Amino acid sequence: MDSGSTLVLVGTSKGAFILSADRSRERWSVDGPHFPGESVYALAYDDRGGRQRLLAATRSFHWGSTIRSSDDFGQSWTGPERQNIRFPESSGLSLVQVWQILPGPTDEPNLLWAGVEPSCLFESRDGGESWSPVKGLLDHEHRKQWTPGGGGMCLHTIVPNAADPKRMIVAMSTGGVYRTEDAGASWRPRNVGVRAQFLPNKYPEFGQCVHKVVNHPGKPERLFLQNHWGLYRSDDWGDTWQDVANGVPSDFGFCMQMHPHDPDTVYIVPIQSDEFRCVPEAKLRVYRTRNAGMSWEPLSKGLPQHGAFETVVRDALTADAHDPAGIYFGTRNGKVFASANDGDEWKLIVDGLPSVCCVKAAVVS
Amino acid sequence: MAVSIVLPRALFQYAKGSNTVVLDGPCSTVEQALEALAERLPAVTDRVLTEQGQLRPHVNVFLGEESVRFLDGLATKVPDGATITIVPAVSGG
Repeated sequence: MDSGSTLVLVGTSKGAFILSADRSRERWSVDGPHFPGESVYALAYDDRGGRQRLLAATRSFHWGSTIRSSDDFGQSWTGPERQNIRFPESSGLSLVQVWQILPGPTDEPNLLWAGVEPSCLFESRDGGESWSPVKGLLDHEHRKQWTPGGGGMCLHTIVPNAADPKRMIVAMSTGGVYRTEDAGASWRPRNVGVRAQFLPNKYPEFGQCVHKVVNHPGKPERLFLQNHWGLYRSDDWGDTWQDVANGVPSDFGFCMQMHPHDPDTVYIVPIQSDEFRCVPEAKLRVYRTRNAGMSWEPLSKGLPQHGAFETVVRDALTADAHDPAGIYFGTRNGKVFASANDGDEWKLIVDGLPSVCCVKAAVVS
Repeated sequence: MAVSIVLPRALFQYAKGSNTVVLDGPCSTVEQALEALAERLPAVTDRVLTEQGQLRPHVNVFLGEESVRFLDGLATKVPDGATITIVPAVSGG
């Protein structure tokens, strides 16, 4: 694949698909399914240290979960023979599935993180060959009080702080936001102002069902959060959260994506409600803020505005690093839409896939 | 007498292409049989048992024609010459 090509990795309930296009992003080729019959909830592209590696978290309904990799854009995938993410026997926990794979910073090319179900963060320091649980979360005193959301009890979001490698935010459903300042040794809940609609105490210390958190590497301490009811911003690295659901048709939703170049621009796809998990009014609209949540605008050009009973789950909205940025999302009904101009216009680039669980985009190095 | 473990097609790739593994050593329970299997083919047992040594929820293990879930689970006694069969459950979406 040529340098500068665009890669869109799509994980579905029945396998993974690799979409690719040149820099213009006008014509797409579709390769797949990879791992037919297995669900793929996490995908990543790792181009650090001279690699061109795809990582895929696969889950067989029968035989368990693992992380596999490919150094030839999916022409071949490495095992592993053994389940490579394992909870220690002393924990009493067993891996259900991997929900997130995140390559670490460029100056640590062998560092990766994985967020898993049941909620825990795993770390690899050898490029993904072996993985260890982050003890501060594995042994967290709150663990017994974390409970499963609709998707299971998962740690799905990993937000490093680009300015300080010892600082990180994670989010789990349910459990909420937790923050470390000491490279994972200790974690404190950071949910002040975040609503827990489904609990008698609407503002507990922890226990929220946070669906996604994003930040921009250039402004790492400002965070945006899509909650199970609620849309928030934090200007103090998660110490407090303010409601920024200004002009959206619903503040329920799952996914959220930061613009790759503009720290004030964020994308979401509102969902009508937790009881009717489809886009409001059956109109498929991405909402964009370009002023850090002060206002949101609907983006619908090229998207179906009638009878679109669509859902976009927490990791199914993403962006590439081109300028203008490509924005992509996949739906539970197996459609993938793309915009090559920051979300201004959209087109359907593939239809008829199994239910889309995650979408990740990259520019090939 | 030896105990045989019959594998499903999906696991042949982790058993050097074999569909049956014959255990030569003694094993008095299903758990011991799977432990013996793990010593030879750990990638197979990884897919049958969780890291806590529990049978995965959608995998069935039969002793003869009876699911061990309806016997004594992994503690089910294995007579000499028995056949243990591993099969994926009828489940999925």
